[in-house]
Amino acid sequence: MSFQLDTNRLRDAVVELIRMASTQLPEDVIQAMATGRDREDEGSPAKSVLNFMLRNAEEAKKNSTPICQDTGTNIHYITIPVGVSMRAVQQTIIEATRIATEKAYLRPNAVDSVTGKNTGDNTGEMAPYFHFEEWDEPAIKIQLALKGGGSENVSAQYKLPDNRLNAGRNLEGVYKCIIDTVNSAQGLGCAPGVIGIGIGGDRASGMLIAKKQLFRLMTDTNSDEKLAELETRLYDDLNTLGIGPMGFGGKTTVLGVKVGAAHRLPASFFVSIAYMCWADRRHTMTFTETEVTYD
Amino acid sequence: MINLQLPVTEDQIRTLKIGDEVSLTGTIVTGRDAAHVWMIDEKPDEVRDLLTGTVIYHCGPVVSKKDGEWIFVAAGPTTSIREEPYQGDVMKEYGLRAVMGKGGMGEKTLAALKEHGGVYLHAVGGAATIQAQSVKKVLDVIKLEEFGVPEAMWVIEVEDFRAVVTMDSHGNSIHKTIKEKSTQIAEKLIHS
Ligand code: SF4
Repeated sequence: MSFQLDTNRLRDAVVELIRMASTQLPEDVIQAMATGRDREDEGSPAKSVLNFMLRNAEEAKKNSTPICQDTGTNIHYITIPVGVSMRAVQQTIIEATRIATEKAYLRPNAVDSVTGKNTGDNTGEMAPYFHFEEWDEPAIKIQLALKGGGSENVSAQYKLPDNRLNAGRNLEGVYKCIIDTVNSAQGLGCAPGVIGIGIGGDRASGMLIAKKQLFRLMTDTNSDEKLAELETRLYDDLNTLGIGPMGFGGKTTVLGVKVGAAHRLPASFFVSIAYMCWADRRHTMTFTETEVTYD
Repeated sequence: MINLQLPVTEDQIRTLKIGDEVSLTGTIVTGRDAAHVWMIDEKPDEVRDLLTGTVIYHCGPVVSKKDGEWIFVAAGPTTSIREEPYQGDVMKEYGLRAVMGKGGMGEKTLAALKEHGGVYLHAVGGAATIQAQSVKKVLDVIKLEEFGVPEAMWVIEVEDFRAVVTMDSHGNSIHKTIKEKSTQIAEKLIHS
């Protein structure tokens, strides 16, 4: 039997998803920050800044106010059952976005690139951003990330080989690109960051894969052994750079490193890097005909 | 933690060093691009008393109005480097003792901090809720009509507003030293 979509119910559920994403830092991110804090030296700015960030996350949750005033680009990764209208789901999310902006869960963040005018409700061309997939489950799954401008500004894309970095077309070359990106970012992406990496693809799909990595839990391990190894090595080495929270120095420069890969053309080898700030706001909603769950 | 009651004197400011954590209490003023250009071009006298001995904060707040009073809802820092062309001159002209924002500033501001006696305070990015809670009262707002909410100069009373000194009056900048050190390590990792 086909999935019966109640758009009013979906709209209200998405407003709640946006509220959670904006005001509640995911548990695994909080854990990763606490681990970082415990590792920092007693009395160092790094330790107190991490404590401050954690306290802010707590207060934001308690008061239901945005963790950061930049509520970012709203990225929706949506999985729908066979037969559900993509257009109906998209329209419903747009409506929910307007309501969430009115309720001040989101700051008006969609500016017309030609006229410079802010639409005032976070909707517009490619705003919010949607990516659809289909599955066999009788449920709509929406993964939402709010990605702030500061962190997006320090994200990067490389084309291998790269002579400046002496980086070839292999995982060693990829490694060098990530070290370079995080070092160039310093504290500006609001370190400690979460680094999503897409190897291969074209310029657009590579970045899509990089951003998709940001939905993985801090604690998970890559199912590909070589990529898992690269993730651990990068996590350890990036944290020796000494950039620290907000770039004040310290042992916690990144909270997590997640790598994904796609097939590429023989002629191209892109490395796409999505830097996510410590305010790593993402939540997932599973919406069935009778129930809604969030995690 | 070093408590700074505003306004502060030049001597007090010169005792601060990079890495010091400070807690601000007193009156500070927000200002972004429009405010800095205005202060350089027209040198308005109406802000002189407000700025002497205190902090200019690079912040475009989210505000709301309740019973006729302004309230700060979110008050996180914005990127400071945009004010680099003006900051040193504004500081000297108005007797500011500190600049607060995020990301640090460049050589011109660093030189002005040394010459005039000032510090750069780095507020934590993404901690808007707590920062707004530290804003106890909005005392006044200047150029609201003309500049709009984010760019207007908000005169606010803060209590226990936290920041870290990342550039001091002795020519030191955390941003410079951390970058030099991390770049050395990065080069080793990349080229070994
Ligand atoms: S980069 Fe910083 S300022 Fe921007 S959304 Fe993230 S925490 Fe907020």
